[in-house]
Amino acid sequence: MNSLTRFMSGAALGLALAVTSVPAAFAETPANMLVIANRIDDITTLDPAESFEFAGSDVSRNIYQKLVNFDPANLDAGYQPEIAESWTVSDDGTTITFTIRDGLKFHSGNPVTAADVEFSLRRAVVLNKTPAFILTQFGFTADNVGDTIVADGNTVTIKTDKPYATSFVLNCLTSTIGGIVDMKTVMANEADGDMGNTWLKTNSAGSGAYKLVSWKPNESVTLQSNPDFYLGAPAMERVIVRHVQESASQRLLLERGDIDMARNLNPEDVAGARDAEGVVIHDELRGRLMYLAFSQKHPELSKPQVRQAMKYLVDYEGMQNSFLNGQYTIHQNFLPRTFLGAVDENPFSLNIEKAKALLAEAGVPEGLELTAGVREAQERIEIAQTFQNALAQVGIKLNVTVGTAKQILGEYRSRNLDVYIGAWGPDYPDPHTNAGTFAYNPDNSDEANATGLLAWRNSWDTGGLTDKTAAAVVENDRDVRQQMYSDIQAEFRETSPFAVMFQKIEQAAMRDNVQNVNLGGATTAVSYWPITK
Amino acid sequence: MSASDTNQERRRRAPLFPWIKGTLLTLGSIAVTMLGLLFVTFVIGRVMPIDPVLAIVGERASQSTYDAVYEQLGLDKPLIVQFFYYLWDVVRGDFGMSLLNARPVSEDIARVFPATMELATLGVFVGIVLGVPLGVVAAVNRGSWIDQIARVVALVGYSMPIFWLGLMGLLVFYGVLGWVGGPGRLDIFYQDIVPTRTGMILLDSALAGEWSVFRNAFSHIVLPASLLGYYSLAYISRMTRSFMLEQLSAEYVTTARVKGLSERAVIWRHAFKNIRVQLITVIALSYANLLEGSVLTEIIFSWPGIGSYITTALLSADMNAVLGGTVVVGLIFICLNILSDLLYRVFDPRSK
Repeated sequence: MNSLTRFMSGAALGLALAVTSVPAAFAETPANMLVIANRIDDITTLDPAESFEFAGSDVSRNIYQKLVNFDPANLDAGYQPEIAESWTVSDDGTTITFTIRDGLKFHSGNPVTAADVEFSLRRAVVLNKTPAFILTQFGFTADNVGDTIVADGNTVTIKTDKPYATSFVLNCLTSTIGGIVDMKTVMANEADGDMGNTWLKTNSAGSGAYKLVSWKPNESVTLQSNPDFYLGAPAMERVIVRHVQESASQRLLLERGDIDMARNLNPEDVAGARDAEGVVIHDELRGRLMYLAFSQKHPELSKPQVRQAMKYLVDYEGMQNSFLNGQYTIHQNFLPRTFLGAVDENPFSLNIEKAKALLAEAGVPEGLELTAGVREAQERIEIAQTFQNALAQVGIKLNVTVGTAKQILGEYRSRNLDVYIGAWGPDYPDPHTNAGTFAYNPDNSDEANATGLLAWRNSWDTGGLTDKTAAAVVENDRDVRQQMYSDIQAEFRETSPFAVMFQKIEQAAMRDNVQNVNLGGATTAVSYWPITK
Repeated sequence: MSASDTNQERRRRAPLFPWIKGTLLTLGSIAVTMLGLLFVTFVIGRVMPIDPVLAIVGERASQSTYDAVYEQLGLDKPLIVQFFYYLWDVVRGDFGMSLLNARPVSEDIARVFPATMELATLGVFVGIVLGVPLGVVAAVNRGSWIDQIARVVALVGYSMPIFWLGLMGLLVFYGVLGWVGGPGRLDIFYQDIVPTRTGMILLDSALAGEWSVFRNAFSHIVLPASLLGYYSLAYISRMTRSFMLEQLSAEYVTTARVKGLSERAVIWRHAFKNIRVQLITVIALSYANLLEGSVLTEIIFSWPGIGSYITTALLSADMNAVLGGTVVVGLIFICLNILSDLLYRVFDPRSK
């Protein structure tokens, strides 16, 4: 629905609720069942070696265990032992040996063994689906996994191509692709040498807190609890995630008591639900960032003063307190809050006079025209319009092109946009995921065609930041590494052609009897097993 | 065989030839229509500014990954070659795999279409049952308060945004009064109880004798079906009124009245009988529109039908799914046209 539709539906619902008071008869979901309304039409597969979408990650986190994982009760503690009860790192920093925990069982009843771990990680590399880069960046290939990922007794050894920071490797293993599958079950369902990929798209073979009962695309996902889960049987014996596209419908279902949680309420419905009896709003910081980027091919935008000026032409507070209210918070660094190395310094604010002075110092001519690309998402378009207004105040005309992903991303990836207004979410819960794209660009030539790197897309030679990013990713001392990212971001804020503006806040509305909810923060996905009612 | 025998034989066979010719012409026109539909949809799908490759590989994929998938999808081949490959698959009943969920499109359509069919059938039923009598009564009482009410009912149906009516309906009948089920086809307690035979839950639950499931499914479908039925009603009642007014002003109606026939006989046995053919067209069109899937209704009521399926596929650049859905919708239109033609022959002797 477009914004007008959303506005009218929200207004209609609000008006009607105001004049009609509470529902006549209140329904309630069973005490041992969690029913969630969410948009799950982004799920394309449930195979952990292939799944790379938000809703898919939510499902996968609750089905598959990993060697190491995040504890929902304490995400800030970072990765914790899960299938691996301990690990050791070789002196040269290239080999990590994991000792597998005894007594774990897959949903099939098969024991979780080192051979299953070896199979799962090798399989993810060999299948080489979209998220495979999270593992292959350590030098694993289909040809060498026989030597680099090896099980021996109750241990598994992984050997990387160079000595990366252990935290980097282990953070990556907490991603969905690190999910350990039941080798016997998966291979029993192999077809045409696909290592069970087709079967695992719609079935599960894990050892986590839940097993998959069904996934009906665009309809629902149903999970059944695993009574043998190593942390104890989850209180919610069944979890049903229903696809409900419309925010107003989610709100009605919640207020009527037919669901326990609504994950996609728009700001108007959040405001309305906040006042509803028996409903609470749960806020959680997520990893998604909103940013502006300025092409360094442009003769004016490449001037340091102009890059600075642009950061003073963003009305951070105005946007945060109006159309982004409750959904985004000001954040001007490329590492989302709660990530290792994240900093909370936001030095920029709207300052037209300062921007004017910087532009004058740079000798920017009167009547400068820039072209900006923005994808057809309402909040991004509104950010573009706000920025356009600010630029107009300093005599710069911003021509905003709104288009589909193909139109805008195509131009962006081809380095053809002066200004890009967009969003970025981390691929895995390690600082390198964002540092490696915002601040890393080893070859800035057109021929390098490094379309995956944001720095390259904006033709920005990051100078010393590329080396510093490369150094941080191999630094083994956690505190030193944290400081390195802090330093990189300080320099990035001042010199980069990026104006990082906001970090996403997820607002989930839920019945007030639902307890111990953790949506995964910026680092992981939702955990159903601690939830009680 | 004598000459007279030959002539008799020819006369006996004569009726067969036009029938075969008619059938062949119909089949030919279906084939040409389908080919045209496929071609236009295919071309639009290819020139639209959506990128199926990006949808698969993601925003941050390297150029080499992008190129590999581009080639894998056959997008490097000339458009006409791509079209003939696709046509060959469709002729064999293969709509291909969904680019996004890697499931056969035919399976997806078999899952979502019954949901739409169930909703549309009930909707058009409501539209006929209420719309036709309303139109007739309005025409018979032209200018009266009944006519004015019918006009307002139709006007509201035409002009009120469906998402607004849908939300208001949900709020009042589900949220406040609790008379009907909420968004979705069933409450969670009734999911997966009835084995899927037709995909239409009302029918499946009735066949299985699961009347509690039937009642629950009915409580969920009644509101969206009534909403769609209201829109059908608006269209059908206005058209019925218009057709009836034309007939009621015809001379044969005056003659019938002069002959002393009762008003009921004049209206229903004479005037109404003569608008049946036109009404069939109106109802068929109305039904076809509902079978296309009402995207907004499906979104508001979380109804997993073909309208939202095609829309989601389009927004996700899943062109196999879009094409498959479009072919099915095209087939529906063609089938309903054929059905209309057949019914013309039943109700209008001249067309024989």
